[in-house]
Amino acid sequence: MSMHDPLKPLFDVEEMEISFGPQHPATHGVLRVQIKLDGERIMEAKPIIGYLHRGTEKLFETMAFPACIPHTDRMDYVTSATNNQGFCVAMEKLLGLTIPPRAAYIRMILAELQRLASHLVWLATHAIDIGAITPFFYTFRERDAILDLFEEYCGARLTLNTMRIGGVPFELPEGWLDRCSAFIEAFPKHIEEYETLLTENRIWKKRTIGIGVIPAEEAIEMGMTGPPLRGSGVEWDIRKVFPYDRYDEIEFDIPTGKNCDTYDRYLVRMEEMRQSVRIIRQCIEKIPDGPIMAKAPKVLRAKEGMVYASVESPKGELGYFIVATEKGTTPYRCRVRPPSFVNLQALPQLVEGALVADLVAVIGTLDIVLGEIDR
Amino acid sequence: MPEAVLNLLLIPLIKIVVLLGVVLLIVAYLTYAERKILAYMQVRLGPNRVGPKGWLQPIADGLKLFVKEDLIPGGAERFVFLLAPGLIMVPALLMFAVIPFGEPFKVGGRTITPYLADVNIAILLLLGISSIGVFGIILGGWSSNSKFSLMGGLRSAAQMISYEIPMGFAVVSVLMMAGTLSLVGIVEAQRQAHIWFVLPGILAFGIYWICGVAETNRNPFDLPEAEAELVAGFHTEYSGMKFALFFLAEYANMMVISALATVMFFGGWLPPFPNLLAGLWASPVLAWIPGVVWFAAKMGFFLFCYIWFRGTFPRYRFDQLMAVGWKWLLPLSLANVMLVGVLMLWWKG
Repeated sequence: MSMHDPLKPLFDVEEMEISFGPQHPATHGVLRVQIKLDGERIMEAKPIIGYLHRGTEKLFETMAFPACIPHTDRMDYVTSATNNQGFCVAMEKLLGLTIPPRAAYIRMILAELQRLASHLVWLATHAIDIGAITPFFYTFRERDAILDLFEEYCGARLTLNTMRIGGVPFELPEGWLDRCSAFIEAFPKHIEEYETLLTENRIWKKRTIGIGVIPAEEAIEMGMTGPPLRGSGVEWDIRKVFPYDRYDEIEFDIPTGKNCDTYDRYLVRMEEMRQSVRIIRQCIEKIPDGPIMAKAPKVLRAKEGMVYASVESPKGELGYFIVATEKGTTPYRCRVRPPSFVNLQALPQLVEGALVADLVAVIGTLDIVLGEIDR
Repeated sequence: MPEAVLNLLLIPLIKIVVLLGVVLLIVAYLTYAERKILAYMQVRLGPNRVGPKGWLQPIADGLKLFVKEDLIPGGAERFVFLLAPGLIMVPALLMFAVIPFGEPFKVGGRTITPYLADVNIAILLLLGISSIGVFGIILGGWSSNSKFSLMGGLRSAAQMISYEIPMGFAVVSVLMMAGTLSLVGIVEAQRQAHIWFVLPGILAFGIYWICGVAETNRNPFDLPEAEAELVAGFHTEYSGMKFALFFLAEYANMMVISALATVMFFGGWLPPFPNLLAGLWASPVLAWIPGVVWFAAKMGFFLFCYIWFRGTFPRYRFDQLMAVGWKWLLPLSLANVMLVGVLMLWWKG
């Protein structure tokens, strides 16, 4: 009788292939991740996208410039105001328009409120993925207050369509700034409330520290932006490096992490919320009187040329690359650089060799929105 | 002859019916309590539509599950798939047979014990029965022919087996203090010792309670049904009444763990400090409180803790869970047995 070769396993061991999504409670929309598992360990993960593709970029080519704005709402539907802002900033650069200061300040208030709303959704889903269900309800309570402010301003809560090329469409309703200010002053206490549930929680720390580590150089090579990049210690924020609207008149800090892991990205986003509060507070103090729209012709006609402009969306650098023909009223081509799409690239690297539960934590920490990835 | 029929058949039969009815009712309203308490922790209202303040919600839920189409997935192993819910539900209910809810009382000159049986190996019996429940989970997960279910089942089996060991050792230290395996005996021992066993056995209680939460697959140890990773874990493919059985079994197990914590560490049906405050408990007002009320209050507190945990904690990762079980709880529980032994030697001289 021959001895069993000790180097060979007794049984045939096969990798288990699991299709994680597109309908799965933790994949945030319609992301599908094909994973190969050895027990609980992930050997390979491959994100598959395209389940929400609506051809937005192609649609832009058929629409007059201002008509594109509502379609930008539907890309990253969690932060529609920032999407509007990105498109408008790019168009203004193309047309050579300068927007009045009051419009710029209104835009910044809206964009920062939207950043808060987006980070609240991120915190809610991230926590619920890791098993803490209660923060979800707390964050959505505050998000609802923000959406109320939006509704009062422009009538919509989710797809806001709240900016125009050359300014903003509406004057602020009477008393809106006071209500916004009241919310902002109460908000830091709520952040502390979330933090009591999570920041020093041993299980939360165990689940996030050292998970999904990506060093700064690799993050830059991947093209990552936003909190995932800042979590790796790179001080990079479009609002600071290429200021748009009036961000150069506002004081704020860029929070960065040290350990490049999920916990640091969590801390970065929590601090970003505090910074947003700081920005809105300054905006409310400094907001000047004046017109809210630049003088622009009724029908916008571009000169031949191309332009790239980007804004700091809550997820990272949101860029619009617009090509226009002489006297054209529609974009000849409009390419969007969605931060989620680029950040998602890092997923296979972040989860290789990790456990299934970490995959969920990493998807949460990248804060992706599939509407933006697939467009 | 009629005496024997009464003693051996009728009274036990009535007891069984009452016990089953009460247990299932409590289980049903435990789901209601969980939803309400969680709701208030999470700034919302919880069920409030069916009946006054939503009181009839559990009944509506039960009816819904009962009339729902009973699906069996195409690739499932039919027999095992049908067997699994029963395999988990029956042991869960069986365990209530030996749990003493109160002290014996007299009805028409006849002494009635508010428990079905006082078995002299009750603890061993409970540990044995509870481990049968694992079969239900692992077979249910395997027979569904779904990868998520299989992973949930495997996780659960590993988890329950590894947490049963420290739990067993925690129980051993109680047995050493009580000197008996009978649950009624353990309560009596606490009366005679003038002290609840939680005070000398605080460590054992901590270990027992952590393991108990892990045994019932509840947050923060709810990995087998970690919805974010495994959709619904081992019962992903179950629907209708079969799903309800898994659900009921989970809550019945929670009750058993809470009841056992009450019996072993918190003096069962005894009021707090039974001897120290004996005068107070003998006062005309308080003497009327039956033991069952004390028992229910203590058990209710532990059930509340379950819900409280769920509202507060994130979930452990699988390897971390195993590390907690084997690297912390097991050595700690062994050391605790040692400690209790030394203490007892010292006490008794």
